Amino acid sequence: MSANRGGSENTGDSGRNPAPMQSGEHKQKQQEAPKKAQIVPVFIAFLFGAAAAITFLYVYWTTYQTMLMGWTLGLSLALFGVAFVLWGHESSLGKEVSQPREIPSSDPKERQLVFEEFYPPGEGIQRRRLLAVMGTAVAAFFAATVVSFLRSFTNPPDQSLFGEVWKSGDRLVDTDGKPVPNNALVTGSTMIVFPEGQVGSVHAQTVLIRVNPADLRLPPDRSDWAPMGYVAYSRVCTHAGCPVAEFQAESNVLLCPCHQSTFAVLEGARPTGGPAARSLAQLPLYAGGDGFLHAGGDFSKKPGPGFWRI
Amino acid sequence: MIPEIARALDARLRMAKFARKALDHVFPDHWSFMLGEIALYSFILLIVTGAYLATFFDASSAKVIYHGSYKPLDGVKMTAAYQSALHISFDVRAGLLVRQIHHWGTLIFIAAIAAHLMRIYFTGAYRKPREINWVIGLTLLLLAILNGYCGYSLVGDELSGEGLRIGYAIALSIPVIGPWFTFIFFGGQYPASETISHLYMLHIFVVPATIAVLIAAHLGILWRQLHTNYPGPGRTETQIVGSRLWPTYAAKSIGLLLLVFSCITALAGLVQINPIWLYGPYSTAASQPSAQPDWYLGWIEGAMRLFPGANLRIGHGLIPELFFSGALLPAIVFGTLYAYPFIERYFFTDDESDHNVLRLPYEHPFNTAFGCAAFTFLLVLFFAAGDDIIAVATNGSVVTIRTFLRIVLFAAPAAIGAIAFILCSIIRRRRYGQNA
Repeated sequence: MSANRGGSENTGDSGRNPAPMQSGEHKQKQQEAPKKAQIVPVFIAFLFGAAAAITFLYVYWTTYQTMLMGWTLGLSLALFGVAFVLWGHESSLGKEVSQPREIPSSDPKERQLVFEEFYPPGEGIQRRRLLAVMGTAVAAFFAATVVSFLRSFTNPPDQSLFGEVWKSGDRLVDTDGKPVPNNALVTGSTMIVFPEGQVGSVHAQTVLIRVNPADLRLPPDRSDWAPMGYVAYSRVCTHAGCPVAEFQAESNVLLCPCHQSTFAVLEGARPTGGPAARSLAQLPLYAGGDGFLHAGGDFSKKPGPGFWRI
Repeated sequence: MIPEIARALDARLRMAKFARKALDHVFPDHWSFMLGEIALYSFILLIVTGAYLATFFDASSAKVIYHGSYKPLDGVKMTAAYQSALHISFDVRAGLLVRQIHHWGTLIFIAAIAAHLMRIYFTGAYRKPREINWVIGLTLLLLAILNGYCGYSLVGDELSGEGLRIGYAIALSIPVIGPWFTFIFFGGQYPASETISHLYMLHIFVVPATIAVLIAAHLGILWRQLHTNYPGPGRTETQIVGSRLWPTYAAKSIGLLLLVFSCITALAGLVQINPIWLYGPYSTAASQPSAQPDWYLGWIEGAMRLFPGANLRIGHGLIPELFFSGALLPAIVFGTLYAYPFIERYFFTDDESDHNVLRLPYEHPFNTAFGCAAFTFLLVLFFAAGDDIIAVATNGSVVTIRTFLRIVLFAAPAAIGAIAFILCSIIRRRRYGQNA
């Protein structure tokens, strides 16, 4: 149907669509005839756009199909958009216009008048000064209030950042909260442990690894931290705080999947590659008389990403 | 009907003179002038879809057990926020479409701003009298990036939690004020239950409202100063050439609005983005290998990967490695951008005159070369964010690829900058002769 209409307009106005015509406009009609032909694509785009829009509404009301909704809505908007752009393009042809630019800055005399109005010379200086002082003071007061109110948004960071994570004597428990016996792992294997009662704690998550004790090269002051070849490190990366989730047994390396930092398990989790600059915090361990593994104290330092007063 | 309303308004507001001037306002035609418009129209779409999503979204970190219509996650413990995002995706009519429009819209919004920024930079449109809009525009870019980050961090899926964790670590790394700043912004030590309400308020009110106000100022200044022109007949410092606001420019611009809406909607309908149900709820014990942030943060992620493991100790203070790559580098990039027009003017050109006709890139080889080099630098960082993916794809090792990228990071900008400088100089000499 739209093709029919387009055809009729293309072959000259035969009076099939006489609505916009008025008898007095006959002369104008002659002049605008070629323009009307150019309006046809606009109209076609508009018609198809309307059809797509109706389809979209039908799809929306009757289905939950995201893809069909996106298709039909996108298509209708595209066709409507094309109609508008074509209309604008057609109306702009050969109609470039120019406009003078004003110089942005005002006349110096006019500027001077504003200054004098705002701050009259020699008159009431004291009163004006008081106004300025009051204004500044009130602004400073409000700024101080706004900054102070930020305090409501948090507790001081020190307690959280410096608080104790593991207590000496804490039993190591697995992700189900079961205590870890000292035969839990074979050499070259690993598990996630928490302090008893803190299962799932982000800050306290610790990786327990069993290695061959003869291979260990821990710092001298940590010689008794690894009973039976068990070493435990904070699982929070010192770089950006991701869990150091991968253990590569053949090279005894802990790897953080986020940014590929690597830590040497045998050497106190010293950083060996990637962007991390500091070793993982180590947890001192001892094998208790009860047959379970215990923490010999807190981490060797605060776990997780670094900050100013670590 | 319309004439009656117009008459009634004019009888109360005396608008005829202004309205006539406004309808005659001239806007130049050039494809590169549409980039800012694309950003504006994406923003409108973001506001509309954002209001829709906020109606259904539950910004809460309360733990719930999922029993919704997405069966693979049935019985899984998650946050109420993630549950409501799943509800939007599977149960709300057109919910997934709108969610995907919102996400695609953001990617395009920020891409359009970045492209607009480059157009401004390479044509010298930041020069007097347009420095204010340069500063406002950069602030808009910063706010858009901030809001994108806040937005995708709200959802509570695996990826969003990972982004939060890294954002927290970057904020914490800032010397002296880091811990307080981080705790105020995120509401406590990661993972704090208050984080989501902080980010939600920023994401749906504070940042968008600021963006809207700044856009109004940006456009008001544009209206007052008139748009720049590319050089051409009749286009001078004292005269603008283009088409009138009414009807030509208005029709084209409405058309562009519809086309922007169309592209984003069609993308949202056809190309899946951020399928949160596949990632699962965030678990603090897991980390997803080859996780990437949205594109506009890729360069920071890349810098974090390439920066060597070196930190700085000052007395008892520590400046972690993450500060240099995650905080200082973005600060330098944006600081340079903010200062650029003023540095150029006070230290190099000493130019007090107005510039309403644009400078073509070859006319200022240094400016173009510097821009190309800086862009290349950021592009290499962007690709470095996927170094693990590149390693898997090429069967190489991450270490080798990282070493290679570290060299490329400095070699490529130098080479591209030099090539740009030479090309621009040659073209300039051809056009203006030896004296140029």
